[in-house]
Amino acid sequence: MTAIEEVPLSPAGNPIGFGNMKRVEDQRFVRGQGNYVDDVNLPGMLHSAILRSPFAHAKINSIDTSAAEALPGVVAVITGKILEGIPRPSLLGDNFAWMPTLSYDTQAVLATDKVRFQGQEVAFVIATSRYIAKDALELIDVDYEPLPPVMDAKKAMDPDAAVIRDDKGQTDNSITDVHGHKSWESGNAIGTAEAIAKAEADPDCVVVTQDVMYPRVHPSPMETCGSVAYLDKVTGQLTLYTTSQAPHAHRTVYAMVAGLPEHKIRVISPDVGGGFGNKVGVYPGYVLSIVGSIVTGKPVKWIEDRNENLVSTSFARDYHMKGTIAATKEGKILAVDVDVLADHGAFNGVAQPTNYPAGFFHIFSGSYDYPNAHCKVTPVYTNKAPGGVAYACSFRITEAVYLIERLVDCLAAELGMDPAELRLKNLLRPEQFPYTSPTGWVYDSGQYEKTMRVALEMAGYDELRREQAEKRARGEYMGIGISFFTEGVGAGPRKDMDILGLGMADGIELRVHPTGKAVLRLSVQSQGQAHETTYAQIVAHELGIPPEDIEVVHGDTDQTPFGLGTYGSRSTPVSGAAAAVVSRKVKDKARIIAAAALECSPDDLEWELGRWFVKGDKERGKTIQDIALLSHGSLELPEGVEGHLEAMTVYNPPNLTYPYGCYICVVDVDPGTGQVKVRRFIAVDDCGTRINPMIVEGQVHGGLADGIGMALMELIAFDEDGNCLGGSFMDYLLPTSMECPDYELGETVTPSPHHPIGAKGVGESATVGSPPAVVNAVIDAISPFGVRHADMPLTPANVWRAIQGRPVRVDMAVE
Amino acid sequence: MQTPAPTDYVRATSVANAIALLEEHGEESRLLAGGHSLLPMMKLRVARPEMLIDINELDELRGIKIEGDEIVIGAMVTHREVLESPVLAEHYAIFREAEKVIADPLVRNRGTVGGSMCQADPSEDLSAVGSALKGTVVIENSSGRRTVELRDFHEGPYTTKVEAAEILVEVRFPIRPGAGSAYEKVERRVGDWPVCSAGAYVVVSGGVVSDCGIGLTAVGAEHFCAPDAEAFLIGKEPTEENLRAAAQLASDASDPSPDQRGPADYKKHLANELTYRALVRAAAASQGA
Repeated sequence: MTAIEEVPLSPAGNPIGFGNMKRVEDQRFVRGQGNYVDDVNLPGMLHSAILRSPFAHAKINSIDTSAAEALPGVVAVITGKILEGIPRPSLLGDNFAWMPTLSYDTQAVLATDKVRFQGQEVAFVIATSRYIAKDALELIDVDYEPLPPVMDAKKAMDPDAAVIRDDKGQTDNSITDVHGHKSWESGNAIGTAEAIAKAEADPDCVVVTQDVMYPRVHPSPMETCGSVAYLDKVTGQLTLYTTSQAPHAHRTVYAMVAGLPEHKIRVISPDVGGGFGNKVGVYPGYVLSIVGSIVTGKPVKWIEDRNENLVSTSFARDYHMKGTIAATKEGKILAVDVDVLADHGAFNGVAQPTNYPAGFFHIFSGSYDYPNAHCKVTPVYTNKAPGGVAYACSFRITEAVYLIERLVDCLAAELGMDPAELRLKNLLRPEQFPYTSPTGWVYDSGQYEKTMRVALEMAGYDELRREQAEKRARGEYMGIGISFFTEGVGAGPRKDMDILGLGMADGIELRVHPTGKAVLRLSVQSQGQAHETTYAQIVAHELGIPPEDIEVVHGDTDQTPFGLGTYGSRSTPVSGAAAAVVSRKVKDKARIIAAAALECSPDDLEWELGRWFVKGDKERGKTIQDIALLSHGSLELPEGVEGHLEAMTVYNPPNLTYPYGCYICVVDVDPGTGQVKVRRFIAVDDCGTRINPMIVEGQVHGGLADGIGMALMELIAFDEDGNCLGGSFMDYLLPTSMECPDYELGETVTPSPHHPIGAKGVGESATVGSPPAVVNAVIDAISPFGVRHADMPLTPANVWRAIQGRPVRVDMAVE
Repeated sequence: MQTPAPTDYVRATSVANAIALLEEHGEESRLLAGGHSLLPMMKLRVARPEMLIDINELDELRGIKIEGDEIVIGAMVTHREVLESPVLAEHYAIFREAEKVIADPLVRNRGTVGGSMCQADPSEDLSAVGSALKGTVVIENSSGRRTVELRDFHEGPYTTKVEAAEILVEVRFPIRPGAGSAYEKVERRVGDWPVCSAGAYVVVSGGVVSDCGIGLTAVGAEHFCAPDAEAFLIGKEPTEENLRAAAQLASDASDPSPDQRGPADYKKHLANELTYRALVRAAAASQGA
């Protein structure tokens, strides 16, 4: 339960400011009246389908499309060869067969020379119906010459491994980033190595090393990806309806890819049915729908089916991590060293700030106070789908938190120390904030011990440990897992953070109409986060306008100012701050207008929610609604002050915000079958100020389900032949309500000192923080069998094999 | 949206009519019962029948009833009807226990007993139940009806004794006074196919096992059964030692393939463990515990 500060209620019963308020957008969602991309139907619209590679790695000798073209209803069949023939006036390549990725790599729009992952786009059929387009795919004859696929990242750099990116003239499967680096390091290599060596030699210290795999998973939004493109040849205007978390960034990318003038491109992201990072990147399908419209002169719709979404769009994780942690025998952490092998798939399509090619993984030192940390991440190409930063990962903080929280539990096991006690000994203390981590992150604020004690109290931790001891004595296996996470979200300061050169600052516009109603135009795009509700609450909090009087417009590049979009929990930290700042600009202008009306100096006025009044004479004042009308009226304004009541701003965050939390999971394990039952889940989040606590809790609920899913069942594995083994929801298992307990949520509130309303991002906290809590609980349960670690997903089979002491390799096919 | 290949559709008006339609349309026609296996396969274009013969309106294939000393389940009886049947619950707890863990309510509302049996998925739970209870199926064609033992029904994965122009019309189970039965399943997630399931009935009389049946699914046991384990138990007291030994024999009868649900060693272990657990509960139920 969340304690809610008393705020006045609007005539509609909504809080004029922060507090629980039903989601405005649910009015249409629960009535089935949302408008998603597949609901868009334009006159004369054609449909399409993509032929995908059955092979992970194969040379294309020839493609015969004649039979498909002869099928009645087929309008056009496009291949990579055809795209190669379409000249592109662009700096990013001279034809349409290849496109840039968000990591400055290239990716095939349609394969020309060879296919590089199973599910890769090979041909594009445009037809009068989706059925005909799919029928036509079966009539395309592709002559493939299979090549040995590289499926095991650990073998990608073997001298005899097939070279995947021969298109770039590569001779091995290494990845070179835009700065020329083949691996990404951070922290103090020498200091960390010395500290670990010293600890190894010291009988009063311990050093623990553990291999930890975060396997490949998939965000699996309920709505798959899709687009409807229409290039109007008369006006030259391209309109693209698309499933995008970042419509403005996408528009700029299309301008660069297609060589189209940016002012003639309108990107509309209507209602989006979940993103989780899956809809940050630009996919070949989007580009193909544009090409299709150019070729046919008609609107062209492309909508993925579930299998296509799972096998070809942005995956997440796939990090093979080795962590070493050194500590004193009293449990004081001294150093952590990390070595990562990162599987990036066939194209380096990671969506992340340019200067952070391993995302924010470098925050791996976690929530603890120790001076020495170092990591090295080495990326490789494999014959798997591209992507890599997705699934609510906060730019790979998910992997970082999982690693450090597993390492801390391994250390606790080594020391024979309670994992709660070990964490409490090492947590950063409130007086250390702002805290500069050993890898250079500046944590803004936190009261870590307080938060952890709230969680321990809610869980009844000591009682749980007593219960566990009693059960163990009777041969029953329950486990208690803790994770303490710190995230850095809200990318980012523009001097440090950009994507494809676009600085990560967000524009916003607020216009108050003469009658005091308002419209707020956002650059960020909701995929379910309820921006239409929370942003109105921010303006209400600042200006006293009831939230139901504020229209929030987003998702249309013609209607909104530029910004980088919604992912990495950045909306509230960046655009949420922008909403507060732009409201304050309006409030400042309102003060001048009120002063003119009240015939006093602006300095004589004082603000209370929704109203400027004369200091010492509270009766004399003007409401924001009065001022809105005055601003549009005939009132004489001071020299230099323009009429009307509106403002715009571009918010450039001075730092990330650092939400954190403590999660405790309780599981019961049946050692006879390996089955895990999550009995309880306690989540205490500190995301600073909560704008709408109900929505925050909803986000946490969703993230906890994600985490339970990843910990216990979700997996995209491959066999040696390159077949994706997670291509349907029968194979890629998502958790249901039956696997999730009734969540027990708590909070502490430590505002961000640099955010205008003290808020931090929370959208990904639970997804980041929960997997280690679940895994730590399972390992705790089966630790009497001598188990110190087992990789996710902890399916019944994997838990049973861990108990038996048999090896498990989760990312490859079960042998 | 998944799009099936072009297909045609006709609604059968009787069993005889359905058989006539099967004869008319030949090998590329398929019966449409609950559609919860066939339609997804069609959407993935794994199955592409040219003619669907819908038998959903054939009331003659519905109903659960007792005829003499047998329980008769019509082919178009849904999983939900099996789950909620007081007749079945009275005689065999195994039906309710198995149905509770078959797929999810949406599938159980539409999926049918006959459809599940004829789909003959090597991981089908009802196949293990049917084999454990040593049931029979009644198959009809244009020249009449015949009865086939369920332990002789499966020719292999996805193939049965039901020929091209034939319909499975009933499944029959002998009533066994004093029998206790139970079903055990391990799945990776609610609604998933089993990693392994085991079902059993046991009749304990005079302190010893006088009759029993063991069914296994998803682990490659021939005809979904474990006859050696059954034979071992007859005449023996249902002690932990004997039930453990029988469970081991059941595991020996399995021949699982590794897949994403689990490796072979784990599945063989589950065949043992789940058979044991089912036998313990079935024996206890028979003894009125």
